Amino acid sequence: MSPVLQLSSLSVRRGECPVVDRADLSVAAGEFVGLLGPNGAGKTTLMRAILGLLPSSGENSLRALRPEARARHAAFLPQEREIAWPMPAEDVVALGRMPHPAATPAQNRAAIERAIAEMGLEGLRHRPATELSGGEKARVLIARALAQEAPVLLADEPTAGLDPAAQISVMEVFAAHARAGGTVIASLHDLGLAARHCTRLVLMARGRIVADGAPRDVLSPENLAEVFHLRAHVDWRDEGPIFQPLSVIGR
Amino acid sequence: MTRCYSLILMALFAAVLVLFAGSLLVGPAAIGLGDSLAALFRGEGEMVTLVMREVRLPRAILGVLVGVALGLSGAAMQGLLRNPLAEPGLIGTSASAALGAVLALQTGLAAAFALALPLAALLGALISVLLILALAGPRGAIQTLILAGIGISALASALTSLVLNLSPNPFAASEIMFWMMGSLADRSMLHVGLAAPFILGGMLMMTRAWRGLDALTLGEDAAASMGVDLMRLRLWVVFATAAMVGAATAVAGAIGFVGLVVPHLLRRAVGASPARLLPASALGGAAVVLAADIVVRVIAPDRDLKLGVLTALVGSPFFLHLILRRRKDIA
Repeated sequence: MSPVLQLSSLSVRRGECPVVDRADLSVAAGEFVGLLGPNGAGKTTLMRAILGLLPSSGENSLRALRPEARARHAAFLPQEREIAWPMPAEDVVALGRMPHPAATPAQNRAAIERAIAEMGLEGLRHRPATELSGGEKARVLIARALAQEAPVLLADEPTAGLDPAAQISVMEVFAAHARAGGTVIASLHDLGLAARHCTRLVLMARGRIVADGAPRDVLSPENLAEVFHLRAHVDWRDEGPIFQPLSVIGR
Repeated sequence: MTRCYSLILMALFAAVLVLFAGSLLVGPAAIGLGDSLAALFRGEGEMVTLVMREVRLPRAILGVLVGVALGLSGAAMQGLLRNPLAEPGLIGTSASAALGAVLALQTGLAAAFALALPLAALLGALISVLLILALAGPRGAIQTLILAGIGISALASALTSLVLNLSPNPFAASEIMFWMMGSLADRSMLHVGLAAPFILGGMLMMTRAWRGLDALTLGEDAAASMGVDLMRLRLWVVFATAAMVGAATAVAGAIGFVGLVVPHLLRRAVGASPARLLPASALGGAAVVLAADIVVRVIAPDRDLKLGVLTALVGSPFFLHLILRRRKDIA
């Protein structure tokens, strides 16, 4: 299957120092990619470069697209759950239709309703989005990104600051989205969630992609020790892997 | 929501129409309703026609233009900065326009020909925009833009004070003081002709900012990822605000708090969307300025109460109320 996103030798420099260093990545429809790595590994920078929010060198299949066409191909969920004004939740979701100026009102309405239903926002739709809890805000913002109806969804730490049930719900929504033919790339710090829900993991360290593949291969004891300085217990069971970090290995 | 929104716009439009008519009918010259309308539309009665067409009509039109300029640019600045406490004066245009006007008054240029003062004010506004763009750079981040605006405002106010300080002529000084208070009295159709192109041009430019401001609700990265060109959005809003506020200050002096308070009053009613707020706030600004300009004529007909004094007197307690409410929200 042809990839929905293709990077080759993508680099982002801050001054002389590369923040993302010659990243190669090819992602196909139906994949749920977990982007892993310690703080400062370059995960956010890589995602922003993919979206053209930062100047970068190398090949990026999205770069050839004009901003509005790019927005129809890739949606972005920034880590900061920012909603500046007390707009009703449903109006926030509707913002996702902005890159579709040619769509009919009926098409827009249908996309918004699908996103609202998918995120279970029926009861919140008229509430001012600024007054919602962190988990509810996260759901509203994911619905906004889904309403954009882009084949690729990039999410920067979508589970940060959410309670355990909300974290799992977010991961399940993304996994379902990928099973339905969409593509999700999410940066994650919770390796257990990543191991359980992602179809593929990409591990970054100091700006470089150091491992890329099935969760079982990427979360090897060697990678965990080298990249995260962690010793962990991983139990690859039938009902999904169970991952528990045990201790920090002296740096 | 959409039906509710059109109702709000229609109600605001009706308010502007009523207040515009009210502004035409209120004044020191006691003219009956029938006479004033006959004079305005058919030119019956020489004196009355003169008062209606040359005094009250330009005053009412300027009330609308200045109000639209302040309300619209206030809403746009708040949307751009994602901050309900932003106001049109933030980018330094009004202080710079005032400095231009003050220099025209001080040098006597204002007495030499009628449009010298507003033209000098517009020149001041233009210089401030060029300065702010040079300081913040074309890619200017919002923070740099605000800081540059604060710096330019402070410099322009300091220079205005310097002019007053060194003014050898107490009459010029008092004239400057009174001009700075902001007023729509004794303006002519020349003023309307001067301000209208800038304010209408600014309104046109704001239509380009419309969608981008809505997307900015979700932050700069989210807006950019939805296809909004942030650099262009900033330029449109800064240019439009400068054109409108520069022209408004040039013909009316400094009229404070309208641009800050009107977007606030209407935000919840329009569902808080910055794009929907733009037209509502433009109409609301016109209504408030027209109303205030009627009030100054009614409560102190012989004292020449300045419009800017009234808007600040009514606006500042409201501003304090906002701060109190925000404090409660944060706590």
